[in-house]
Amino acid sequence: MNCEQYMIRQISLFSENKPGRLAALAKACQEENVNILAFSIAEADGFGVIRVLVDKPDVAFSRLTALGFNVAFTHVIAVLMRDEPGGLFEIASKLSDAGINIDYSYAFSGKNKAILILRVDKVEEAIKLLLSHSFTLIATDSIQ
Amino acid sequence: MRCWDPRIEEMPKEELQKLQFKLLKTLIYKVYSFSPFYHKRMKEAAVHPDDITCLSDIKRLPFMFKKDLRDTYPDGMIMSEQEELVRYHVSSGTTGKPTVVGYTKNDIYNWSESLARGLTSAGIGRGDVMQVSYGYGLFTGGLGLHYGAERIGATVLPTSVGNTERQIELMQDLRVTAIACTPSYLLHMGEVADKMGVSIKNNTLLRKAIVGAEPWSEQMRIRIRDWLGVDAYDVYGTSELSGPLFCECEYQQGFHVWSDLIYPEILDPDTQEPLPPGKRGELVVTMLQKDGLPIIRYRTGDITTIREEPCPCGRTHPRLERLSGRVDDMLIIRGINVFPSQIEHALLGIPDVGEHFMIEIDRKGALDEMLIKVELAKEAFSDKIADLIHTKKNVEKTLKNALNVQVSVELTEPGTLPRFEGKAKRVIDRRLI
Repeated sequence: MNCEQYMIRQISLFSENKPGRLAALAKACQEENVNILAFSIAEADGFGVIRVLVDKPDVAFSRLTALGFNVAFTHVIAVLMRDEPGGLFEIASKLSDAGINIDYSYAFSGKNKAILILRVDKVEEAIKLLLSHSFTLIATDSIQ
Repeated sequence: MRCWDPRIEEMPKEELQKLQFKLLKTLIYKVYSFSPFYHKRMKEAAVHPDDITCLSDIKRLPFMFKKDLRDTYPDGMIMSEQEELVRYHVSSGTTGKPTVVGYTKNDIYNWSESLARGLTSAGIGRGDVMQVSYGYGLFTGGLGLHYGAERIGATVLPTSVGNTERQIELMQDLRVTAIACTPSYLLHMGEVADKMGVSIKNNTLLRKAIVGAEPWSEQMRIRIRDWLGVDAYDVYGTSELSGPLFCECEYQQGFHVWSDLIYPEILDPDTQEPLPPGKRGELVVTMLQKDGLPIIRYRTGDITTIREEPCPCGRTHPRLERLSGRVDDMLIIRGINVFPSQIEHALLGIPDVGEHFMIEIDRKGALDEMLIKVELAKEAFSDKIADLIHTKKNVEKTLKNALNVQVSVELTEPGTLPRFEGKAKRVIDRRLI
């Protein structure tokens, strides 16, 4: 099975923890007509990592790099989640039973469904596992 | 006791100068004969010991720099045979290589004597309990004051640095009357004591402090007196000269430099010409009786002035004023000398960060805090926070090992730190001293 179609390229960006960094990123995306589908900010001791899912990752990557940002691609998976109690549990418990660790995750809920974005230590195993349990994964070409 | 060694301390100036000349002559003959380093330097400068016919002829001798100690690491400048040495001290170097100082029995004796005179002049003696809260070990502060205090018959409490609450308990329980430490550590102790509900002024017998190894000010002296009820006396010395050597007398107007041990010159750092008494310049030191590691015209980099006028205490030896700065970019953080070049050198060995950096120094409470900002290298960027924290901790550890002082590191984005075309201004020192 080809797992690659479910490996979504997320843009990760190193940022100092100071005003204006998110605005600079957002402005660059606007100017390049890049749409941000989801994002999260993780902060630590004086710095942060901004993670974004965009529709045109290559465009965003080269523009942000040109602006001097420290940028990297990371593979994440996005899985449809029932937007009701127990929805997160059924995904998290499957991964846990298989000994797959979640490095980090973020989620958003839309009109009828929610989407869980996962960065895990064993990407291919996680994709196979979730598909075998009839979860719906978002394919890269449907958004990017 | 008024003087530890009145014969020397109250010797008329003319006699002192005669003694100095005799000691200088002996020293120059000795190093010319026994020290390959000085022999070569004097040959290069075309000076022979016979050319030294009066004290001011000293200016014909070449200078010596800290760099010379580094270049001859570990013991190229040590004149004595190893079996004559009774101790080594080692201080961190400017670019990784440390400097080693070897001491003969006589060197340790003179070092202790120098401090015995100084401590006595500050009113400390037999019957006092002296807590030595300078670091013990390779650093000269702890052992130097320890030997000086034992020499005068004081009871030494060798607490070294750290574990402040325990230090305050011992200060109370063992009825400590005098302390030796950095001025900022003394203020830190005051703060910790307050938190413990102990007033150093009212609940301890501490009355005198020998403080130095870092810049401080008259305002700090007043604060220490008013708040802690402690009279603070300045002490000066560097490891190359032996360690802490000279301290202020009861008049607290600069430290007496013992003419039988040291010949100080104050030079214009740019022209190297001698400056008259009262003018500020670089202190250049010749140690007249040091055998293990001879020191001749050593450029200390410290800026001060010399006072030749008689001191009200009756001692005839000149005084040096409190240091007012450095000719180079050396920083003093918690009593430890730090050169920005050391940081630069250490960063070159860490592929995860770039070579640009900024140093920010603050005084949090009473203690110095040094923050070093570095740029995260592109290749080192990991999406995982834990990896980045690991990188930051790794840089902190490497810098701490190189500098012997605790630092905090802040990772910044590449290209964001200032670049300098001319003289780099990498230090922002916000300490109010």
